[in-house]
Amino acid sequence: MEPKPDRKSHNAVILAVNGPVVKIAGAYDLSMNELVVVGSEKLLGEVVSLYGEGATVQVFEDTTGLKPGAPVWGLGLPLFVELGPGMIGHIFDGTQRPLSVAKQETGSFIGRGRTLEALDRNRPWNFIPCVAAGEVVASGQVIGRVQETGHLVHPILVPPNLSGRIMEICTERLCTLEEPVARLADDRGKIQDLLLYHRWPVRRMRPCRERLAPDEPLFTGQRVVDFFFPLAKGGAAAIPGGFGTGKTITQHQLSKWADADIIVYIGCGERGNEMAGVLQDFPKLLDPRSGRPLIERTVLIANTSDMPVAAREASIYTGITIAEYYRDMGYHVALMADSTSRWAEALREISGRLEEMPAEEGFPAYLASRLAEFYERAGAVVTLGGVRGSVSVIGAVSPPGGDFSEPVTQHTKRFISTFWALDKDLASARYFPAINYLGSYSAYVDTVAGWWRQKGGIDWVDLRNRALSILKEDARLQNIVKLIGEDALPDDQKAIFYGARLIREDFLQQSAFDAIDTYAIAEKQVWMLQLILQFIDGMREAVSHRIPVYRAMRLPVIEELHRMKSTWRGDDPAPFDAIRERIEIGITGLLKNEG
Amino acid sequence: MPTQSGIEYIGLSRVQGPLVFVSGIRDVGFRELAEVVDASGRARLGRVLAISEDLAVVEVFEGTVGLSASRSIVRFLGRSFEYTVSGDDVLGRVFDGLGRPLDGGPLPMTGTSRDINGLPINPVARIYPRDFIQTGISAIDGMNALVRGQKLPIFSGSGLPHARLAAQIVRQARLPDGDEKFAVVFAAIGIKHEEARFFQKDFETTGSLKNVVMFLNLADDPAIVRLITPRIALTVAEHLAFEENMHVLVIMTDMTNYCEALREVATSKGEVPSRKGYPGYLYSDLASIFERAGRIIGARGSITQIPILIMPDDDITHPIPDLTGYITEGQIVLDRNLFQKGIYPPINILPSLSRLMSDGIGEGRTREDHQNLSSQLYALYAQSKRVETLAKVIGEEDLSVHDKRFLKFSVELESRFIRQGHHENRTIFETLDLGWKLATIFPEKDLIRVKPEQIRKYGIRKG
Ligand SMILES: Nc1ncnc2c1ncn2[C@@H]1O[C@H](COP(=O)(O)OP(=O)(O)OP(=O)(O)O)[C@@H](O)[C@H]1O
Ligand SMILES: [Mg+2]
Repeated sequence: MEPKPDRKSHNAVILAVNGPVVKIAGAYDLSMNELVVVGSEKLLGEVVSLYGEGATVQVFEDTTGLKPGAPVWGLGLPLFVELGPGMIGHIFDGTQRPLSVAKQETGSFIGRGRTLEALDRNRPWNFIPCVAAGEVVASGQVIGRVQETGHLVHPILVPPNLSGRIMEICTERLCTLEEPVARLADDRGKIQDLLLYHRWPVRRMRPCRERLAPDEPLFTGQRVVDFFFPLAKGGAAAIPGGFGTGKTITQHQLSKWADADIIVYIGCGERGNEMAGVLQDFPKLLDPRSGRPLIERTVLIANTSDMPVAAREASIYTGITIAEYYRDMGYHVALMADSTSRWAEALREISGRLEEMPAEEGFPAYLASRLAEFYERAGAVVTLGGVRGSVSVIGAVSPPGGDFSEPVTQHTKRFISTFWALDKDLASARYFPAINYLGSYSAYVDTVAGWWRQKGGIDWVDLRNRALSILKEDARLQNIVKLIGEDALPDDQKAIFYGARLIREDFLQQSAFDAIDTYAIAEKQVWMLQLILQFIDGMREAVSHRIPVYRAMRLPVIEELHRMKSTWRGDDPAPFDAIRERIEIGITGLLKNEG
Repeated sequence: MPTQSGIEYIGLSRVQGPLVFVSGIRDVGFRELAEVVDASGRARLGRVLAISEDLAVVEVFEGTVGLSASRSIVRFLGRSFEYTVSGDDVLGRVFDGLGRPLDGGPLPMTGTSRDINGLPINPVARIYPRDFIQTGISAIDGMNALVRGQKLPIFSGSGLPHARLAAQIVRQARLPDGDEKFAVVFAAIGIKHEEARFFQKDFETTGSLKNVVMFLNLADDPAIVRLITPRIALTVAEHLAFEENMHVLVIMTDMTNYCEALREVATSKGEVPSRKGYPGYLYSDLASIFERAGRIIGARGSITQIPILIMPDDDITHPIPDLTGYITEGQIVLDRNLFQKGIYPPINILPSLSRLMSDGIGEGRTREDHQNLSSQLYALYAQSKRVETLAKVIGEEDLSVHDKRFLKFSVELESRFIRQGHHENRTIFETLDLGWKLATIFPEKDLIRVKPEQIRKYGIRKG
């Protein structure tokens, strides 16, 4: 990114350097959030405050060696991303620098200074037009398509701020991002070239025609999510938890199995190895719906914890803008941000160096409004082009000491509707997903019930309620058991106690590392829970006939309940039907012997 | 950064804690190295921490004690803190915390100068670590396996045997392809003489000293140097791993002292603190150290880090262990209760974790049952801890037969599986077999995290 030649380089100079924050004098022409290039090292930065003749800039690269007095150039545009084909399957840093290209240019370690364009300018794409010269096109309308990956069609849209009459459009042909595919006379008669890509400022939400209420689940194949605390397409969820409780694995699981068309995964201030893991696994894993490698629907943003902190702050905006762009094509996009706490800390660090007045725990007073802005960019919409699309946002939160009363968790809770609370004790017992069902919630239960009903008339709500009420009752019993031991419980309570254990261990617990259990289709989830509830009902009935509960628990079929999750994928109902029969036989047997 | 201007600045406009303020400066860069010469002519090394038009804030590594505001002279050196690396001739050497020889040998002079801060590794260039390292310690190998290129800290408490454990790991750590070149980089960060000597002795007696390079900043050495020591150590480690293709184990102890030095500088600078007075950027700062572990494409070597830190007051939620745990790939937690029961190593497996374990073990790496067995032992041990609590309430006699089994299991796991000798080196198969022996105290129906075939194959059934 070179300073624009036509722009007079004003007499802006560096005044002071404090980590990533640089103060500038003589900043007459700069505007808020404008991109600047700082010092002889030509480091990229963004104006974050203006006062009198001065400005403060956050620099997206390491500032070692910057000197007061060195020149600063404004680029005349705000921090933006390039939106066009060539993002899927690629990995970018927090300001959309393509990391594979960076590796070719500077090797295994990330150097400074940047001239890298986000999207490959040389790669040809086969453009197929779908409008003709003379047609009037609106913002967001599709003018043609390219095939971005094996199964992903990438419609080329009229950029949101543009509309008018197509003057010229090329016929089907290979073209690169540099070549205009159409010319448009805008509403003021000005001729504009349309390319396969356009730019968009990351801090501004991309417009849509209408926001809709979410109405179908983001199906994840993770039972505790789908059955108990569902997320809707276009909804927002938070997953808070102390270190090692499973935030990243859960987000990886969702990235692998959620029924979204596109995944945007943002590693924001987290580990390099985790990104390497995704890069290694995703080309090999297949999307259960399309049968194509998962990498072909994934965009990765990596600003790991050792990369510059200002770029980390930018990374979530870069990610969500890319997500909105694919939404605008009519896709369902799921965005993972791991971790929003690291983003908030970046905000805090910059704010601290700006010497702003801190609010809670050193965070700036605008923490809550920034979080709100971010989560508000989730949504199900009718796009400008008139189709439906959605962005679902799943944000990990890393509370200090695992204590949810801290500001980031608390403020986040105000702006999300699904909350998956991770529990340290469950994680240390290696009970995964360590989602505590008493502390978690979802506001989308009613929203997604219809979807389950359409799946063959299943009364999902009823199954869910029955299971939850057993778990709630059990929570009460647990307190008693802590004091007197489970043996002292009367048999009817023991039935609840053991029943809850079956739900926990044989249904909710789900290993990400088990080849079969890692993903459960909806039918399998339903059958599993139906069988467990059937068994619990049987057990309770036996108890009501004064049959000791241990006899039910000793039925051999219980072994099959334990093992069904990692034995069958659920594409065939037969094994589940067989278990159903054996439960019936077992329970009737008990009742008969007694009677 | 252009070359040294040659200008000397006489006098300091302010001295505060480890910081000096120099005014009237020109052509000085952020993070530039400086020398502060005191009245006696001794030069102390420092680094620009913040800079404005005509004022530089310099942190003086060796402290400001005895500096005179009027008679000190400051020179800026025109470069950032660099360290020279070449070949593998640092092995066998001992340096101080700023990388100066303590062993009478020469300073590394010829070679390449590297900025000690290093550069972030491009995630695209990383190889996901998955080669199992056998440490011979069951609580680690069986339950929290270490892999090459991992960063796995030991969270300890004062008086607990973390040094012994680290030394045992250094002694016993074996790679499957055992004949590759290995090296140990040892960074002492504000630890006691006694502890440093213990490590040195241990390296000597096992003959590994020739593969070890030591950087020593001891308890009575200048505190701010601690910000530098781990970075020099890692600069050397990166060179050995990625240029000399060696498998490098980096021991850094005690990271708590490092964090305290960072806090001292931040407070003197008047920064807004976050938790417990530590700066808000403690996470990022620690990450800039810990993320320097790993493997990269095109280099045969690796950097495995075992940082050690003392949890203040044994509190794992204290910001230092807390932020460390958020950065590292797991943690080995030492426990005072186990220690008092006389169990060595006193590793509490419940809060311990190795995040890279699942990819580093299993068929073709360790053994096919490893993952399931460890998960099973975890579940049983967690339950046995709940039963122990219950036993305290209702008394052991009133426990069910089933629950009594858990009590037995907990005792056995601690005294037979976790406990082992200082020089006892178990193979991974010995560890797994031992685990099976303990798990099969329970009937098959209680072992739902392992497969029935596995029970039949590896389980040791009584009678
Ligand atoms: N669904 C799961 N199935 C099996 N194991 C899991 C699951 N979720 C988490 N784990 C285990 O827990 C470990 C820690 O999980 P993870 O790395 O996701 O934690 P985290 O919450 O992201 O921690 P941090 O905040 O430090 O990044 C994993 O390495 C894995 O061993
Ligand atoms: Mg994580």
